[in-house]
Amino acid sequence: MARFIVRRAISMAAVLFVISVVTFAIFNVIPNGDPAYRLAGRNQTPAQLDAIRRTWGFDKPVTVQYARTMQKIFTGDLISYSNQVNVVGEIRQGFPRTLSLAVGAGIMWMFFAIALGLYTAVKAGRFADRFLTVLALIGISMPVFWVGALMNYYLGFKAGIFPNGGYVPLTQNPLQWAYHLIMPWTALSLLFIGFYSRVLRSNVLDTMSDDYVRTARAKGISERRILLRHVLRNSIIPIVTLFGLDFGSVVGGSAILTEVVFDLQGVGQYAAESIGQLDIPPVLAITMFGAFFVVMSNTVVDVVYAALDPRIRLS
Amino acid sequence: MPAGGRVSVLPYGALRRAMAIDPAVEVGVEQLVGRARANDEPVAGVAPSRLALRRLRRNKIALTFGMLFVVVVAVCLAAPYWSHDVAHTDAFKNHITDQVDVGGKLKDVVSTDGVPIGPTWHGRFFLGADESGRDIAVRLLYGGRTSLMIGTGAATLTILLAVALGTLSGYFGGWTDTIISRTLDIFWSFPVLLLGIALGTALALGGLQLGPVEIGGDSLLIPLLIIALVYTPYMARPLRGQVLALREKEFVEAARAQGLGPFRIMFSEILPNLSSTIIVFFPLMIANAILLEAALSFLGAGVRAPRPSWGTMISDGVAKIVSGPHQAIVPGAMLVLAVLALNVFGDGVRDAFDPRSKLRVER
Amino acid sequence: MSTREPILEVRDLSVSFATDEGLVQAVDGVSFDLCAGEILAIVGESGCGKSVTAMTLLGLTRSPNARFAGTATYKGTELLSASGKQLQRIRGAQIAMIFQDPMASLNPVMRIGTQIVEQIQAHEEVHGEQARERVIELLERVGIPRARERVDAYPHEFSGGMRQRVMIALALSCDPSVLIADEPTTALDVTIQAQILQRFRELRDETNAALILVTHDLGVVADLADNVAVMYAGRIVEQGTLDEIFYDPQHPYTWGLMGAITRIDRPRRARLPTIPGLPPSLANRPQGCHLRPRCPHEFGECPKVPPLAARVEAAPGHRDRCWLTPERKRRLREIAPGEIGLVPKAPTPATPGRDAA
Repeated sequence: MARFIVRRAISMAAVLFVISVVTFAIFNVIPNGDPAYRLAGRNQTPAQLDAIRRTWGFDKPVTVQYARTMQKIFTGDLISYSNQVNVVGEIRQGFPRTLSLAVGAGIMWMFFAIALGLYTAVKAGRFADRFLTVLALIGISMPVFWVGALMNYYLGFKAGIFPNGGYVPLTQNPLQWAYHLIMPWTALSLLFIGFYSRVLRSNVLDTMSDDYVRTARAKGISERRILLRHVLRNSIIPIVTLFGLDFGSVVGGSAILTEVVFDLQGVGQYAAESIGQLDIPPVLAITMFGAFFVVMSNTVVDVVYAALDPRIRLS
Repeated sequence: MPAGGRVSVLPYGALRRAMAIDPAVEVGVEQLVGRARANDEPVAGVAPSRLALRRLRRNKIALTFGMLFVVVVAVCLAAPYWSHDVAHTDAFKNHITDQVDVGGKLKDVVSTDGVPIGPTWHGRFFLGADESGRDIAVRLLYGGRTSLMIGTGAATLTILLAVALGTLSGYFGGWTDTIISRTLDIFWSFPVLLLGIALGTALALGGLQLGPVEIGGDSLLIPLLIIALVYTPYMARPLRGQVLALREKEFVEAARAQGLGPFRIMFSEILPNLSSTIIVFFPLMIANAILLEAALSFLGAGVRAPRPSWGTMISDGVAKIVSGPHQAIVPGAMLVLAVLALNVFGDGVRDAFDPRSKLRVER
Repeated sequence: MSTREPILEVRDLSVSFATDEGLVQAVDGVSFDLCAGEILAIVGESGCGKSVTAMTLLGLTRSPNARFAGTATYKGTELLSASGKQLQRIRGAQIAMIFQDPMASLNPVMRIGTQIVEQIQAHEEVHGEQARERVIELLERVGIPRARERVDAYPHEFSGGMRQRVMIALALSCDPSVLIADEPTTALDVTIQAQILQRFRELRDETNAALILVTHDLGVVADLADNVAVMYAGRIVEQGTLDEIFYDPQHPYTWGLMGAITRIDRPRRARLPTIPGLPPSLANRPQGCHLRPRCPHEFGECPKVPPLAARVEAAPGHRDRCWLTPERKRRLREIAPGEIGLVPKAPTPATPGRDAA
């Protein structure tokens, strides 16, 4: 176990390093990426640009710029180029919102996906299966921001059932917290429910034709028990893997569209806004932040995987 | 597939699983009669692709939705006729101060307090107008051409790139593989949407210089290229895996023993064996590309205004939803229709090409 | 043994599956009786319907595209039409099954003890600790060393032979009166195989359970069985006591099977004779006698389906499906002295299924 943790820590450091280098490089390579133009505003003169380059250190070699930026990420002094705000502070503010979105939506999509996947697998080939399959495919065919906007308009603005935007911290009022987040959770979950339920359905169908399920049936235990203890137990393992990765990336701020359309002002929305302005510091910080969660959740997934499947050993 | 997440286009593992999704196989039968079937494989002697097509033909739901997509494409291709002969306007002209005759009554296209007319269900402003007084139906058809062009174009390009990279990396292995695979990994670890926005924003500012070819910042090729690029790793990885396995097969050994060169083998031995994967991916890839176009346009990094695409129309409509929800509903519904048609059809194609689904039940 | 009351009566059992390639007739008119303490071997090549027959008895082949005909009566319960609940009570407790592939037949993510306890508790009111003790005892009985520790192990921690023992322990855990073993030793080493067969014999003697042994291995049959049914392409082609089948085989297919085993009491041959051709596709069987395309002794009667009937005098239990007279069969069998084999027809049909099409 100790060896596993050490190895994972080393590989995490490596991944974060590579990602930061690549992100930094992308912004230096892509055309029109020069931040001096953005800092200088519309009517810049060459002299102004020079001055900006000097004060911000853009005249230094790329490696030095990279090292400085990275140093600032860890000391927490990283400043945005476009509005001179402290990046780490912004992320710290957005994180609880993003985390709230991820946790609620994660529970929601796992619950419904498992229920739907199991049900459609049991009813495979019947009308219920075909109908729900098309429904699930509708779920993965809808742009989340479109669904979100329609929910906002009809349920929030017109009917007034749910609040239009706004965020109440969990610590302040748990009920209001959930009430304000129900629409974002639902919108974000729809896609995952559609997708996961399809994967689970196929896994369950695969597993049902496995030999040990036949053995279980020959033992004379109830179909319900066969389905839950033998079939689901074995076919849920890949879903758990998927969940770990997707949950990790939502926590890391990749639910951009949902955050933007519901104006949650989480990490993802911050990322979208900064990247739209080619603002390197926040993008770099958020990318690393996201990658951190993705790698973390990968590790957690591996541990859970080993717990779920005794054949797998951590290494 | 814009989850908020990594535009959660099917993550790689998921894609692989998704490709293997079983149809409604009657559980248990396969293993029972499996051995008997092994015997009549040579008797049957039908090419697997023919069998797949046969299975697809029997899947009425998939075929219906496939036809639906064809209809959507046909309708969008007919945009100039609709625009010229029915709606008598184009995609850009605004009619803010005009009035339109709806069943004998004259109505403002955009009312004095800025509310655009809803669907008239008549030739002019069939699906209503937007806040700028433009005919939504006309824009929807022209926008569809844009979205479908980007979708199919990007999907085709993704497949070309992915096949090239996957084949090279899987067949040659060694350094080629390491370099290609690692590069793809890095792209892959980047959220699709962030990468898309970054490239979109950067390229929109000054266009792109590809050798002698210069692409303007407002060209449709830019979102097309971006979408193709960001999806390539998702497809190249499974293909690479497949090539790795194919490389060890006897018929490739035989071709090598005959002294065929590596590129000849890739073309005549490897490529044909990837075709079912490619066929399975294609409709799903178009669906994903259309969704990503919409997402990028929504975030301001896709198709540039005033050119219509479903993405820009949804994005405009969402912003103006309060003055008339039809502005958001209409393009969104059209996009969902097209993407759903592709997804259901693609699902059927995957079922048909899945070798494990051989034993389907006659219904 | 056959004088006793049978506990399992199978009459005209037919199983077919509707598939893409047409109707697969996996089992066609199979009948047999099974008495307590009897060991019945069902023999045949892969895909002849023997496993489907066995699984159908437990309702394991039920699926929307499966069609059943005939009856299978176990102690008064009709198994084919039994409700799910009825079947559930019989499965594991009355009729238990041991499957072919011990590697795949145990749930990989469940401790083996738990898997056995699950079956015991499905049929009896036994508390956890008690059930566990019983499982340990069972594991010891089937010859698993250090059973007390191994009871908490997962299947992948066992070797193939040990897993098959676990399967046997599982099957025995509720003292069933019928045990169905589907190729129980195919996946195992020869030495392990002998040990497992020895277990079966002991078990029969200890518990007087009946055993249906589904196998293609005539060595195993000779070792263990009381009665034998030979299946080909879904039908029983010959049925009788072990001695009848082994010393006076009536069906040319049985001769072929016999010819395909090595015997130490006969001079070694350069090559084992094989049955030419392949068994027909179950979706597309030849009309009449199914062996026709592969049989060198085909004559005018063969396109008609031969009934399963007693044709040998003084052996009313010995029945077969071949139109040839017993005298002629005896003569033909002796064409090649010292071995009972089929002579290849020239040219050998490559795709026998086609012939009937």
